[in-house]
Parts: sequence; C-alpha cells; structure tokens
Amino acid sequence: MKIRAIAFNTFREAIRDRILYLILFFAVVCIGFSRLLALLTVGDRVKIIKDVGLASLSLFGALMAIMIGTGLVYKEIEKKTIYTLLSKPIHRFQFLLGKFFGLVLTLFIMLLLMSIIFLGLVFFHTFKVEWQLLIAILFIFLELCLITSVALLFSCFSTPILSSLFTLAFYLIGHTAWGLEILIQKIKSGFGKALAQALYHFLPDLENFNFKTEIVHNLPIPPKIFLYSILYGVFYTLFVLILALLIFRKRDFI
Amino acid sequence: METATRIENLHKSFKLGFIPQTKKILKGISLTVNQGEIFGYLGPNGAGKTTTIKCILGLIFPDQGKIELFGHHHLSLKAKAQIGFLPENPYFYDHLTASEFLYFYSQLFLIKKNEREKKIKDLIQVVGLEKSADLQLRKFSRGMLQRIGLAQALLNEPSLVILDEPLGGLDPIGRKEIRDIIVRLKEEGKTVFLSSHILQDIEMICDRVAIIVNGDIINQGALQDLISEKILFTEIVISGVEINDLENMGEPFSERGGRILLKVFKEEDVEKVLEFVGSEKGKIHSLIPRTETLEDLFVEIVKQR
Repeated sequence: MKIRAIAFNTFREAIRDRILYLILFFAVVCIGFSRLLALLTVGDRVKIIKDVGLASLSLFGALMAIMIGTGLVYKEIEKKTIYTLLSKPIHRFQFLLGKFFGLVLTLFIMLLLMSIIFLGLVFFHTFKVEWQLLIAILFIFLELCLITSVALLFSCFSTPILSSLFTLAFYLIGHTAWGLEILIQKIKSGFGKALAQALYHFLPDLENFNFKTEIVHNLPIPPKIFLYSILYGVFYTLFVLILALLIFRKRDFI
Repeated sequence: METATRIENLHKSFKLGFIPQTKKILKGISLTVNQGEIFGYLGPNGAGKTTTIKCILGLIFPDQGKIELFGHHHLSLKAKAQIGFLPENPYFYDHLTASEFLYFYSQLFLIKKNEREKKIKDLIQVVGLEKSADLQLRKFSRGMLQRIGLAQALLNEPSLVILDEPLGGLDPIGRKEIRDIIVRLKEEGKTVFLSSHILQDIEMICDRVAIIVNGDIINQGALQDLISEKILFTEIVISGVEINDLENMGEPFSERGGRILLKVFKEEDVEKVLEFVGSEKGKIHSLIPRTETLEDLFVEIVKQR
C-alpha cells in the first residue's frame, strides 16, 4: 500500500515533467524518419522501418530511464521533500521500491505510446499487426527496468549530472561488452585473457535483450535464449536494487 | 508525568570538505520532553538543533546515544506513527495540489479511504487554506507552505508534533496564527517539540526549554526556574523635566518629542524620580519594570561560551 502510494506519486510527478514529452517527441520524429529512410532504400522497405523503429524505441526509452531515473530521487533529497516523507511510518526500502515501480510504470506507459505509433506505421505498410515485434519490445522494456535500477543506484549517492553520465556509461558499455567475447577468442592465454574474461563476466551485457535483428528478419530464436535473457534481466535488476537499498539504508540526509 | 521523548548521550559528527575532516555537531546531549507540554529547543545558528531533530526522525544516524519516543525505539514504525513533523522552510511536491498532497501522505499512514476525504477537508480548514485546496503547491507563498506543512504534520493525529523553526519567515499575523494552533495542540493533549529563534514566541507559549550551544545542552528546565523574576531595571517615560537633572537617578536613554526614556536600576531611585517629576510639574507617561527575559538569559549563555 505504502509502496503503491509512493509509486503513483512518482508516476504523477514524472508524467508532469516536460522533458519526458520532449524525448517522446523526438522518438516519434525518429520513428517517422524511418519511413523516409525506407523510401531511399533499395530492397525490403518494411525491414528498414522495423529496424529503425525498434532502435528508436530502445534508444529513447533508455534516455527517458536515465533522465527521470537520475532526477527524481535526487530531487527528493535536494528539495528536502524526503524529510517529511521518511519521517512518516515507512521503511527506507519502501521509499526506494516505490520510486522504482513509479519510474517503471512511467516507462511502461511511454513505451506503450511509442509502440502504438510504431506498430501503426508498420501496419500502414503491411496491413497486418505484426505481433512478433512485441517480443522485441518486451525485451526493450526489460532492459529499461535494468537501466532504471542503475539510475536509481547512482542517484542514491551522486548528483543528477554524474548519475546520468554513469548510467549512460553503463548503457554504452552494456551494448559494446560483447566485443570482449571476440577479444577473448583472439588473444592467447595469460594475464590479458584472464583479465578480459573477468571483465566480460563483471560488465553488463545488454545485448542479451537485443532481439531486433532476429525479429525483423524472422530468424528462429531458441526458447532457452529467451529464458536466459529474462532471468538475466530479472536477477541483474534485483542485484542492482539490493545494492541501492544497502547504500540508501545507511545514508544520512544532512 | 510520562515521557514523550528521551534522548541520552547523543553524539553526531559529520565528515565535511574535499579532504574530509570530522566535525562534531552533537557532543553528548541528553534531554527529556514530557507528555502534554510545549518544549522549546533554543540555540544559535549551527548549534545542532536541526541535527538533533533529524536524529529523532531517523533522517541521520547518531554515532552514539539512545533516543526513545513514548518508550519505543525512535526508528520503529510504532514510534514514527505517533509523530508529526514540520521541517524548516518546508518545500513539498510542487506538482500536487494541497488536497492531492495531503491525500498522498494520508495513504502512508494507512488512513482508511472513507475517512481520508473528511480528514483532509477538516485539516485544510484548521490551517485556513480552504480557498487554496485545489491550487498547485508551486503557487503557494511561504506562509501558505508553512500552513500546509502543519496540516501534513497533523494528518495522523500525532501525540508528538516536532516543529523546526515553525515561525521563521512569517509575518506577525502568520506567526500569531501558528502560535495559536500550537497552543491549541497542547490543549488537545499533544506534546509539541519546537525549535525557534524567535524567543518572545517561545517565552509566550513554552512550558519548558533547553538551550543548546555548540552541540552541548547548557541549560534546560521550566521557564520560571530558568528566568529570575527579579526586576532588572525600570523604564520610565517622562516629559516636562530637564534631561540633565535626571542623570543622578538613572540612565537617560533617549529624548524624542520632548519625552525622555529613563532606565532606573535601583528601586529607591524610582521613588526619587517620581518625587522629582512631581515637584517639577512634569508628567510620567509610563513606568514599566523589566524582569529577566529568555532573550537576556540566551544572550548571556551564548556570550559565556
């Protein structure tokens, strides 16, 4: 009940934030831009629309998660609303979970809006609803939940600008860490290989949530991979949230 | 009398600066607030008043010491459910209206849905914000924020109301209104713990006070025990006499519009002044004996430190 109240307040605060609509506007422009790109392409135009559309959903969704995720907890601390909130009979974990679910709800609604526009555009070209695209979108949502938890973790002890940079770094590293796998195969065993292996296991691999190519090109995806990606997303998010709770639990609000 | 708040040997230090240096804010303070009283917590800026309040509320964690609220550990939900808190310079969610804001906080107290609306309406009336109930908090003035802050502090009908500088930044009318609400809370049997710089207000409404300077509590107790009722001096406003003739009897303070303000330190000199003014056919406009005020005591203590 208390977590729900905080979550809905967070949601209400987030959807009244203008920056969210600015990002949404650019996302819609980008999805629309895919139509222009398709016109300039030789070959399967629908694939271009799907590809660019899904990439826009992923990128702008991540931007939203970073912007609102890093801003809202800090704002509570900076503007001292947290003083009255935490003096009420609530536990600190309830506050943080409320914030997390409120942000996740906001991202869900935003992703839903972008998806409707995107699916509508695809429908305009194929005259059928391509439900399999929803699988790719579901994994984008899972990735956004993870990014939100990371943004929340950083905003527990850092300023919004630094938190945004750290979370952006997490996002970029997460989408390029797969390069380490190739590096591991290419270098001979020794310290370098061990280091690359350690880094590969430690760093996040957000490509686990990327099924865009497979979905757009109708390639088969083994169910095992789906399950692995879901578990990876859930456990990674839980791990980051627990870390955030441990930091937040002992924090002094000076 | 039962205890609302008991603080024993509270220590708190912070690490501040680029190269962290430990700064002791609270140096082992102990105090007791009894149920049903208005307790004033005084101290100059940076003395540790807000730090003490934050420790009570669990916003910061003390290095050492014990805090109990109505016999419970201060961080237990049972203890927190009995507290109402208004911070200094309150700022609330500016995207919410006054009613939405109180509705949100009422959910945190698990107030039943059917009771919420009535309670919110009543509280808005108590703090005199009926006309602004549907206005977003971003459009509220400082005084209005103070009132809505007080309303949120009273949502759960708390047994202990903690107010950090509730009278700061308010105009005289606003101050009087908040003071009246505080006195009303006492009449309802609630305990009020308030920190303030405005000593006249504290003197007017507090039963007991504690004075904190540099993280140490220097003095605490009932107001009448702390302030002596001995007359310090008498202020007499006189006209129709020469200022030079009064110098032997007291300290002529100012002369304006033909009236002289004379400060007389000895009681026998007051008699002399009255006789002298009578013989000179002058006029006494006012005669006010001044006893020690909380401000005198406060200034003396801070000076000694």
